[in-house]
Amino acid sequence: MSDLLVKDRTIVVPGEILAEGMDYIPSYGVFREQNRIVAMQLGLVSINGRVIKLIPLSGRYIPKKADVVIGKVADIGFYGWRVDIGWAFQANLGLKDASSEFIEKGADLSQYYDYGDIIAAQITNVSGSKIIDLSMKGPGLKKLKGGKIIEVSPSKVPRIIGKQGSMVNLIKEKTNCKIIVGQNGKIWISGLNPETELLATNSIYKIEQESHLDGLTDRIKEFLDKGVKNGLQ
Amino acid sequence: MVYSKRVDSRKFDQPREIEARVGIIKRADGSAYFKIGKTIAIAAVYGPRELYPAFKQNPETGILRCNYDMMSFSVTERKKPGPTRRSVEISLVTENALLPALDLSLFPNTVIDVFIQIIQADAGTRCAGISAAAMALADAGIPMKDLVSSISVGKVGDKIVLDLNKEEEDYEEGSTDIPVAIMPRNGEISLLQLDGDVEKEELLQALKLAKKGCDEIYKIQRQALKERYGGSAQDEL
Repeated sequence: MSDLLVKDRTIVVPGEILAEGMDYIPSYGVFREQNRIVAMQLGLVSINGRVIKLIPLSGRYIPKKADVVIGKVADIGFYGWRVDIGWAFQANLGLKDASSEFIEKGADLSQYYDYGDIIAAQITNVSGSKIIDLSMKGPGLKKLKGGKIIEVSPSKVPRIIGKQGSMVNLIKEKTNCKIIVGQNGKIWISGLNPETELLATNSIYKIEQESHLDGLTDRIKEFLDKGVKNGLQ
Repeated sequence: MVYSKRVDSRKFDQPREIEARVGIIKRADGSAYFKIGKTIAIAAVYGPRELYPAFKQNPETGILRCNYDMMSFSVTERKKPGPTRRSVEISLVTENALLPALDLSLFPNTVIDVFIQIIQADAGTRCAGISAAAMALADAGIPMKDLVSSISVGKVGDKIVLDLNKEEEDYEEGSTDIPVAIMPRNGEISLLQLDGDVEKEELLQALKLAKKGCDEIYKIQRQALKERYGGSAQDEL
């Protein structure tokens, strides 16, 4: 007979036994040891039917296919760019995927993206951990001019985006800022003036800090309304 | 050779007061503070990050690199800064004590750096360092099969005691120091050193005591890790 030893949405530490018996299936962040299911990371338990997984609460960004990330051009080669996305190894941006326009072979690549440029790109492939391919073809993927970059813990990114982007859209709407959230915890904010950017920044930090508390959306809404009333006319 | 009462009037199977905190170093990926009696260790974890020199990279798995050091003011006589024979050895045994609990196969070619600093020393520093490092690794989100809890046991005079302090370690009529690290879920031992001499029966008795002490430390480690992320936090997401 299988027993569940923890409740849904509790915080567990590595090595904690989550369930006994063969009825449950281990998913991300947990593993099976004989007939027990054991946590492998510090995280929140998420039980979906018979599947047990963990939502990690901390840790560095680990590149995944299809993630949109914000990176900095670190190197320019003959056939593309190397981009720092906050992982141990730099990602590749090949010529073919770099732009919707045709880039001739042998062209001066710094015309397109120069050293230090910030870009929003999508991960197309992760093979091993050393080779990560990026693409710039897609909606919203572009070189980011102006604005500023803030960094948050990558594990908090889902909360900042919210359900179907509800949270980030709320901030965009109230502050009139352009915001791009990278899955690697880097967030680009560009507003009409420094005050709006500051309000957007503070609200994102507030989400990061209070992400584990109830009623977050309402509190952020209140925070934004107060900020708009006090500072931005 | 009768050691009837401990110098700090603890029970023979009672550890010193323990305090643990997680997330004390802002710029580190994971960090922890572990205090047992007057011994204080802090640990910081960085990584997974790129490993140089490149020939040390392992394409099959990530590498753990531990660095144990005592601060120059941590002991009564000033310690010269920098690595010593002793600290290099302890770095190595720490690495070996933590490695069985980690699963680094997700991060090939990378390194995870663990820096352990002893800011106050009163015996049992390597154990405090390992306990702190295990918490810091969990805080850094590294996949682990289990935490690692560590405490020293030993023989002072004719008595088997838990968690020796410096005075007991220097007991003039002979004392034996046995640092032990245990992975609490299955009780597997990942560190066992012995300085002095014991009988077989005494060693077995000491290990039993160590298991008890490590279970206590595990509880405190777990508590500290959970507190960092808002206690039980049942209403998350």
